[in-house]
Amino acid sequence: MLEVSNLACSRGDHSLFTGLNFSLGAGELMQVQGENGSGKTSLLRTLCGFMQPVAGEIRWRGESVKELAEAYFSEMIYLGHHNAIKDELNALENLQISTGLAGCEVDDKESLAALRRMGLRRREHLPVKVLSQGQRRRVALSRLLIGNVPLWILDEPLTALDVGAVDLMQELIGEHLSKGGMVIFTTHQPLQVAGVTTKQLMLS
Amino acid sequence: MNKLSLLGLLVTIIRRDLLLAMRRRSDVLTTLIFFVMVVSLFPLGVGPELDMLRKMAGGIVWVAALLSSMLSLGRMFSADYLDGTLEQMLLAPQSLSVLVLGKILAHWMLSGLPLVLIAPVLGLQFDMSPDALLVMVLMLLLGTPILSMIGAIGAALTLGLRGGGVLVSLLVLPLCIPVLIFGAGAIEAVNTGMTIVPHASLLGAMLLVALAFTPWVTAQALRISME
Repeated sequence: MLEVSNLACSRGDHSLFTGLNFSLGAGELMQVQGENGSGKTSLLRTLCGFMQPVAGEIRWRGESVKELAEAYFSEMIYLGHHNAIKDELNALENLQISTGLAGCEVDDKESLAALRRMGLRRREHLPVKVLSQGQRRRVALSRLLIGNVPLWILDEPLTALDVGAVDLMQELIGEHLSKGGMVIFTTHQPLQVAGVTTKQLMLS
Repeated sequence: MNKLSLLGLLVTIIRRDLLLAMRRRSDVLTTLIFFVMVVSLFPLGVGPELDMLRKMAGGIVWVAALLSSMLSLGRMFSADYLDGTLEQMLLAPQSLSVLVLGKILAHWMLSGLPLVLIAPVLGLQFDMSPDALLVMVLMLLLGTPILSMIGAIGAALTLGLRGGGVLVSLLVLPLCIPVLIFGAGAIEAVNTGMTIVPHASLLGAMLLVALAFTPWVTAQALRISME
């Protein structure tokens, strides 16, 4: 479904990686590994189209991502280093707005269920600024539960999460893969999903 | 879960920005208070000669509106840029231009519309005639959205730059001069008993052109800034 061929990426004059090839099919999980500064985030941002690759091509369902543009965006979710949530709004408002930006309209019931699944029961109506880092991350991650988007691109999804939340993430990723979804992520923590072999991509 | 229409997206984004502004009122009030202060300082500084004040009124209100709209431009995208929301906006599967249009409209409602509403009160300080007050409000209503739209391009281009606030003023102010000329010109025209139609039609035309092109240009500028 997602095919990357001969991809090269650079920041300024500094070349990060060249000749990168991989493909990801339905139900596959891929971990991007590498030292700090090896270009993991740049790779993910390139997959989202924020950065233009120096060479190579990214294809989604056989068509170039650049040409698909918005049709591709509707089939992917990107969660970056920043949580993309607003301190002034509460968890529920944040979730509904971020799904709204992604083109979906969710009712209160569905969003509350997603927040509760992420372990935010009784925190739904608190302004996000009073929540802890881990809880904010959970608010951001709750977006994954809304809609049925095949491709998840997660940049360090486990930052600031406690053991319970890491287990929950493994469970969510497992469910997503079993429904035919795809996940690309970076993390420095071990993340095992039962019954799925993780593809490894090493950047150096 | 339903798919949002383009109009739905527009409404969502406007509602979001207004909600955020309601939770952070000081931002909106700064622009308004700046406008009120600048306009009110002139009668105090120039002295109580009614003839002169009446003549100057239109120009002063327009220059103050221009400057105070510059004041709020920096905030248009910067908060979203810093907390990562802008990345999510670029991934919006519908249309980035529509989304940007929503942000511009919300910005105008928060920084332009309050000025339009308070301007007649300030105009009284200059002993403006009721006709001139009405024309001023109409012209501001046509002109301030143009300021927000041109400003959006500048704000998008200077995103994430150091000293972006000054740079955006340097970029945007020259482009806003026509709005100033025709806006103030209409008030001048009504004072001298001439028709305001040419000024109003030109401002209206500028508004339509800006409405058609600036959201798209701003969207492209945002993509460049995010690289």
